[in-house]
Amino acid sequence: MPVDESLAESRRVLEICNACGYCNGFCDVFESAERRPTLNEADLVHLANLCHACRNCFHGCQYAPPHPFLVNVPRSLARTRYRSYLAHAWPAALSGLLARQALAAPLIALGAIALLVGLVLVLVPPEVLFASQAGAGAFYRILSWEAMVLLGGLPLGWSVLAIGLSLRQYWRLTRTEGAPLSTRAIGAALRDILVLRNLRGGGPGCNDLDDRFSHARRRLHHAMLHGFLLSFAATVTATLYHHLLGWEAPYPLLSAPVLLGTLGGILMSLGAVGLAWMKWRADPEPSAPETRGLDLAFLGLLFLVAVTGLALLVWRETAAMGLLLAIHLGSVLAFFLLLPYSKFVHAGYRAIALLIEAIEHAAVSRQ
Amino acid sequence: MTEPDVLVIGGGTAALCAAISARRLGASVLLAEQAPKGLRGGNTRHSRNLRIRHESLTPLSSGPYPEEEFWSDLWHATGGTSDPTLARILVQRSAEATDWLANAGVPLQPTSSGVLPPSRKTAFLLGGGTTMLNALYATAKRLGVEIRYGGEVRDPRIANGRLERLLYQDAGTARTLAPRAAVACCGGGQANRDWLRAHWGETADGFINRGTPFASGEILEALLRQGARAVGDPKRAYLVAVDARSPADDGGIVTRIRCMPEGIVVDANGRRFRDEGGDTASTRYAIWGQRLADCPGQIAYLILDARGRRAAPPSLYPPIAAETIERLAARLGIDPGSLAATLAGYNAATRAPDAGADEADWRTFDLDPPKSRQARPLIEPPFAAYPMRPGITFTYHGVAVDAQTRVRLRDGGVIENLFAAGMIMAPNLMGRGYLSGLALTIGVVFGRIAGEEAARHAGG
Ligand SMILES: Cc1cc2nc3c(=O)[nH]c(=O)nc-3n(C[C@H](O)[C@H](O)[C@H](O)COP(=O)(O)OP(=O)(O)OC[C@H]3O[C@@H](n4cnc5c(N)ncnc54)[C@H](O)[C@@H]3O)c2cc1C
Repeated sequence: MPVDESLAESRRVLEICNACGYCNGFCDVFESAERRPTLNEADLVHLANLCHACRNCFHGCQYAPPHPFLVNVPRSLARTRYRSYLAHAWPAALSGLLARQALAAPLIALGAIALLVGLVLVLVPPEVLFASQAGAGAFYRILSWEAMVLLGGLPLGWSVLAIGLSLRQYWRLTRTEGAPLSTRAIGAALRDILVLRNLRGGGPGCNDLDDRFSHARRRLHHAMLHGFLLSFAATVTATLYHHLLGWEAPYPLLSAPVLLGTLGGILMSLGAVGLAWMKWRADPEPSAPETRGLDLAFLGLLFLVAVTGLALLVWRETAAMGLLLAIHLGSVLAFFLLLPYSKFVHAGYRAIALLIEAIEHAAVSRQ
Repeated sequence: MTEPDVLVIGGGTAALCAAISARRLGASVLLAEQAPKGLRGGNTRHSRNLRIRHESLTPLSSGPYPEEEFWSDLWHATGGTSDPTLARILVQRSAEATDWLANAGVPLQPTSSGVLPPSRKTAFLLGGGTTMLNALYATAKRLGVEIRYGGEVRDPRIANGRLERLLYQDAGTARTLAPRAAVACCGGGQANRDWLRAHWGETADGFINRGTPFASGEILEALLRQGARAVGDPKRAYLVAVDARSPADDGGIVTRIRCMPEGIVVDANGRRFRDEGGDTASTRYAIWGQRLADCPGQIAYLILDARGRRAAPPSLYPPIAAETIERLAARLGIDPGSLAATLAGYNAATRAPDAGADEADWRTFDLDPPKSRQARPLIEPPFAAYPMRPGITFTYHGVAVDAQTRVRLRDGGVIENLFAAGMIMAPNLMGRGYLSGLALTIGVVFGRIAGEEAARHAGG
């Protein structure tokens, strides 16, 4: 479906929503749409990224198919959202990675793992690689700390730059003219992100699988997000240990990086499996089939990173450690490389959308 | 399909409340809904709020709504047409409605959501009637109610004050049922064109049915034919102004046109016929329904200028627009000279309010009919028009019931095992007029009573 067709469909359905308004208790999309009666491109892109795809407005819709108005808000907005990911990818030439994610992600992951495994096979003498290693600095006997930083840092740096540029472009398109950014608004947006207020369906939960209410998707997303943040915290504390305290990995089982990483890895794996299972089981009607690859590939990538990390932890004192380390670092490399060209980008756009809502709310309540 | 203790005919609010209540008392229940699953739930699909008595402040409304106030609202709105016994039951038991629904899994929207119009007298369904129906169907299914979609019930046979049998039919089955008790919750006959034509003549051809096409009135008609006592008046209907371009059925809430005070309303001859500023209460768009029915061809046009269009609420279809009033008239098929003359006469008669007075106090001077409020001149092009027709919501025609909702007979007495709830018996409570949220409350309150009574009858 060409870009403007997806926009036209989103506009058509949201105009019906604006004339109806029954769903305004489910999430912020509907009140926001009412404040944007012209529903121009920027409005629609904002609303699409504000939508958390909770589906209540589909199952509760008096105009959903087979009604001839064929209103399917979650699907229309999923399409517009997907188009906006492609449109804001930087550089534009790489947006194809997003569009063909189901192919790109596995290939890049395999490539990165193969690269790392190849590297250690070539560079590390077999008697070191396949020896059971223990004690401080064990990992660095396989790959030096500098090499790891280079392998992680370069792609991550690039990805941060690419995402930053995409977000800047997106912010310029969708921000509200004349409404000031305040710390209060930032606080409100952060709260909305952390509690996923828009995935509460106004209280009873969301129509995750069918027309019954559930809190499962919100909880799984929490597991995923918090697992991700814990893993990130593990990396940061490990870096601090290394640099400030001069302690070398691997750290003992009861150390902060290992505890954080283990818990994070377990939560991420559970989240990824659970969310993928929901995609599998959920009624496909209120979703856009063309976005499935993007969603599942990202869940797959997160799962890969989490599980290889956990495997490394479990078998780190065995002869398998060297290869497991290479495989884990390869997955992390692929993950970092794909950040700007994967479903990860939803985090930034959604955060901006929530921030814009918070800014507008602050402006309204000040009046 | 087994022969149930209780057959519930219909699939909207009243039917679900009856089925759940009967099942909870232990009866085996079959619910036959004529519509396919995707369009289940009758007019309830399109609804949003219900009227409830509450003696103190609740999270669902902005202030108390005590019994006597509800009673007097009902009395005034319906011109005293309510059966006093049933009306007292309605008002009193409406207080239980939201708790009962919440207990059956229905989410309600608290005022703290901050996005509801202020309402002291009604509570809002989160997501509206379709969301409520999803919850009620799930609860009914969980309790073991057998639910049949695409299942039409017809040909009820009444003899000796008893319902003896009925015919059930769906795509694969046609069989006679003889349940111990039945509850008719199948709404009115507002979707039945032949039936409307029989009462309204050609006027009915200009109507748009706002709600379900499955309100065929089959059961209602059959019961009346076999001696059930009628209430209300088949020639009366709850009509509201809807966009004339709406589909013939099921356009629901988005088709209504509400912003008459922003412009002028002309008939097919381009002439004004009513004070567009006269009614500003929330019922204003309902008043226009009957007026449209009285127009030639049952059509009229709300004419706005660019300012009025900006003030108008969002609509299903954009208005028909043109740079000049003559061109707009041509697009509407109205004589351009006539519409231009009407507009010029109106504009010349408008008077600004005194300095410092309410902006809405624009009024016309020496114009017939007058426009008594918001009579701003329509001068800013482009001009726009909403074509409007009467949209039928329900008819004020049903079967009389007693306090246990048993259907009453014309010659006295009741049909001992046939109960009725919802719109099919609502004219017992309102022979005319309307209060927002009343229809759903009637469905919940009497659906529950009917279900329980039917289960008791079946068990005893
Ligand atoms: C646009 C719109 C908005 C409304 N908003 C509100 C509101 O906000 N608040 C309010 O209180 N009221 C509202 N109403 C009115 C309210 O929805 C209805 O009056 C109410 O739903 C009636 O409930 P019911 O159960 O009696 O009938 P319905 O909900 O109409 O259900 C009748 C059911 O019977 C089935 N049926 C009919 N004949 C047969 C048969 N022969 N065999 C089997 N099944 C049959 C139909 O398929 C249908 O499921 C609104 C109506 C409309 C059209």
